[in-house]
Amino acid sequence: MKVQEIVNTLGLTIAAGKSGLNREITGGYVSDLLSDVMGRASEGEVWITLQTHKNVMAIASLKELAAIIIVQGLKPDADLLKQAEGEEIPVLITDKSTFEITGLLFNLLK
Amino acid sequence: MQFEYKIQGGDFANAGTASSNVKKVLKQINVDAKIIKRIVVALYEAEINVCAHAFLGKVMVNITPEKIEIDVIDKGPGIQNIDLAMEEGFSTASPAVREMGFGAGMGLPNIKRNTDEMQIESEVNKGTSLRFVNYLISSI
Repeated sequence: MKVQEIVNTLGLTIAAGKSGLNREITGGYVSDLLSDVMGRASEGEVWITLQTHKNVMAIASLKELAAIIIVQGLKPDADLLKQAEGEEIPVLITDKSTFEITGLLFNLLK
Repeated sequence: MQFEYKIQGGDFANAGTASSNVKKVLKQINVDAKIIKRIVVALYEAEINVCAHAFLGKVMVNITPEKIEIDVIDKGPGIQNIDLAMEEGFSTASPAVREMGFGAGMGLPNIKRNTDEMQIESEVNKGTSLRFVNYLISSI
């Protein structure tokens, strides 16, 4: 499944990184601990988090994640969004809680 | 090939610069993707450790056909008890650092898990020297 498809199905807002919408999704990872994501997430996963600072994109890029979903309508920092354009990794925003969006994404991907 | 990067304590916005550059270089010289991933995790964690705990640090990278050796040397408070610091979940990070999602006590264990050799020396109130090595020949 491509990132574009989860954007459409889950009604996500694209905050940055549009050029990465054709990235292929291999799974999902849910965590707000950056070292946990660094240590355990895998390439191609969608990362669901409430963290909004620039290091989120540094990790997404180093781990070659497919996209980031920021929950509860939180606003990502400007430098995160700027880097997302360069890295071509979509930053997606949802008003839903982590629990809700994770359940929906899980059902889509299973 | 040798590279050197500087890290300023507290400068989280630039954390990951060394790992990102090293990743590009290793890709260019066609190192196995699995090995690159391990090196990048270890180096990123090391960069974050300097940002979170030290005043100033430098990363020295030496790449040969057989291996990559990385030294991360900082001036800072040092580590009181290295055995404790190596334990998963132990952290002395500040509340501000924890709020960013760092400081979960996973950094040094992540480094150990993702490197072939790792040594750490520290002197309290002076600083910490971390050295790790990854072999570039893919195993099986």
